[in-house]
Amino acid sequence: MLEVRGLKKSYGNLVAVAGVSLKAGAGETVGLLGPNGAGKTTTVSIIAGLLVPDAGEVLIEGRPLSGDTDPTKRRIGLVPQDLALYDELTALDNLHLFAALYDLTNSQARPAVESALDLVGLSDRVHDRVKTFSGGMKRRLNLAAALLHDPQILLLDEPTVGVDPQSRNAIFDNLETLKKRGKTLLYTTHYMEEAERLCDRVVIIDHGKVIADDTLRGLSRLMPLSNVLTIELESAGDSLSLDQLQALGEVRSAQLHGGTLRIGVRDLATETPRILQWLVDRGHPYRHVVSERADLETVFLTLTGRSLRDS
Amino acid sequence: MITPLRALVRKDIQLFLTDRRALMMSVIAPIAIASFFGYALGGAGSQSEPSRISVLVADQDDDTISHGILQRLSSEKALAVKPAGTDDARAAVRKGTVSVAIIIPPHFGQDAVRAFFSASQKPQIAVLYDPSHAAERAMVQGMLTGDVMQVVSQEMFGGATGRATLKEALDRAETGQDLPAPDRKSLINLLQSVQRWNDTPSVANYGLSRGLTMPYTTHEEAVTSRQGIRYNGYAHAFAGMAVQFVLFLGIDVGIGLLLQRQRGLWKRFRAAPLSRVTLLGSRIISAAILAFVIVLANFLFARLVFGVRVEGSMAGFLGVSAAFALMTAAFGLLIAALGKTPDATRGLAILATLFMVMLGGAWVPMFLFPQWLQQVTVVMPTRWAIDGFEAMTWRGLGFSAALVPMALQLLFALLFGLLAVARFRWEAEG
Repeated sequence: MLEVRGLKKSYGNLVAVAGVSLKAGAGETVGLLGPNGAGKTTTVSIIAGLLVPDAGEVLIEGRPLSGDTDPTKRRIGLVPQDLALYDELTALDNLHLFAALYDLTNSQARPAVESALDLVGLSDRVHDRVKTFSGGMKRRLNLAAALLHDPQILLLDEPTVGVDPQSRNAIFDNLETLKKRGKTLLYTTHYMEEAERLCDRVVIIDHGKVIADDTLRGLSRLMPLSNVLTIELESAGDSLSLDQLQALGEVRSAQLHGGTLRIGVRDLATETPRILQWLVDRGHPYRHVVSERADLETVFLTLTGRSLRDS
Repeated sequence: MITPLRALVRKDIQLFLTDRRALMMSVIAPIAIASFFGYALGGAGSQSEPSRISVLVADQDDDTISHGILQRLSSEKALAVKPAGTDDARAAVRKGTVSVAIIIPPHFGQDAVRAFFSASQKPQIAVLYDPSHAAERAMVQGMLTGDVMQVVSQEMFGGATGRATLKEALDRAETGQDLPAPDRKSLINLLQSVQRWNDTPSVANYGLSRGLTMPYTTHEEAVTSRQGIRYNGYAHAFAGMAVQFVLFLGIDVGIGLLLQRQRGLWKRFRAAPLSRVTLLGSRIISAAILAFVIVLANFLFARLVFGVRVEGSMAGFLGVSAAFALMTAAFGLLIAALGKTPDATRGLAILATLFMVMLGGAWVPMFLFPQWLQQVTVVMPTRWAIDGFEAMTWRGLGFSAALVPMALQLLFALLFGLLAVARFRWEAEG
């Protein structure tokens, strides 16, 4: 459905995208994950035809995308990161304008507008000016504006930036509905939980390069550990030997910060009792124990040595 | 291709109509300012007299001749003359309440008549003037010269002062030894002839007058479209202000494009399968339509309220309006192409527009500019717009007079448009 081959784009000496390749099949949701400035938006902009790459190509159903008026553009719907709407116009006027950009006549646009508004739950605000909308409503309308020409591929560039959790969930529900309809979604984000919830596959991008491209299950295999045990000690634990702790059978890593131990283990069920007993036996009673599953954040940390949000 | 083009044009017009500030700036503001300027520039040229120059006259002589001068000055149509004391006259000029004051010194009459036939020292009339009204000083001085010559010469050839002075001169000639005898005889003959002329009682019966009179009269006629049509100051003012504020609309067009880019709308437009011609063409069409309608609205108001008529070719007027509207649209596009951010661009664009408007003669008529500046302004598209509007309104010229303003404005539109397309950043930022 969507194939990107060896995209490159530079601005002077700044390399924004350095050979990005990826694929997204029909009905698949692919997450494009990376920190700010990693090259996600540039990649999406090239796919949408907003930017001309220095090298590489974008194929839609096997056909290369080229030129401003390429009819293949109709197969793509773009949800920009910005709220690309006219605040002074009503929701209806906005959507009719964006439908007309794809040559939809009024009679063709009417059902498309109704359907898009229905999907994002804004049918009751159709005649209100956009400037009276909340941030979350504007985000939903921003999504609706990309659906009017019924594109097969939807490019979503951080579509939940700055919205409250309720609106975010509403947008996720909308996207899951679209996925069920067989749409191909390319979703850029730097929120792990979004990628984990929505995506079948995740492409991790950093400094303009793809550093991982796999399913969530496949990515989890890249992780040196799959679970983290956090233990709050009653003392500072200064006399505790991390080397001895790491020598225990399945302990993969151990860090101590201010009386809190973070231990990476392969199997929580078998390792947790052994570790806790080991601590008590050596005079390090504990107050609190929390276990958590390792996530994409951990994958990114593993692959780049940096935290996503710190990047 | 027509559907998106039409939708984009409609959207721009819709946005303009929902923007009260834009409406205010484009329609209300030029009408209000043009009404004021039009009034200041002489209004509709109706039956009312043109404003007179206020002149104070301090008569320190208080004699027949000075009275005569005061009377003659008072009868000048262009002057509003009032008598005043010397100190008051000077104070009034200093304050700027009057432009010119005339001080007639003591014994002016006698000294002036005496100076007529002798090389004795001439009396001096002081003309005090406000330096910011130098042109008015020149006008008053010209009228004063004519009036003084007539009054003094009349007094010389028949008045009491003239007779006494003539007798004095005759006595001096008869007794004086400083001239050679033949010359003295000639002078005595001349003075005796004048004396006899003065004593002739029936001068007026022969259609003659004593003293000098102005050897000509003038007939003033303002040359406009046709006889009976007066110059309408509002025509110039409305042309100037319409040009200025429609150019401000052009700035809004440019800034609007930059805002579209900033707000991500440009990405949506570029993501659609639209040609560059459609994207920029729609902007040019919508801006030109708005500019054209605003020009017409301004002149419609001027027509209904101040009687500004298209005395010349209506087709020419519409052609000049359309060419100006296109030039404005291209100017807006150029602003969008050269500007980086809306805020940084707005100030510079306003400055550039004000220069164009000022040098185009929108604020003050072009004839007030120095000659060299008038020649320089041919490179200003605004000048041709105003020239075109004036030619088609109060000058009442035919369609052929609109051709040059139209052609030059279209040339500027083409130039601006080509520059804009060459410099336009088509790519949306990644």
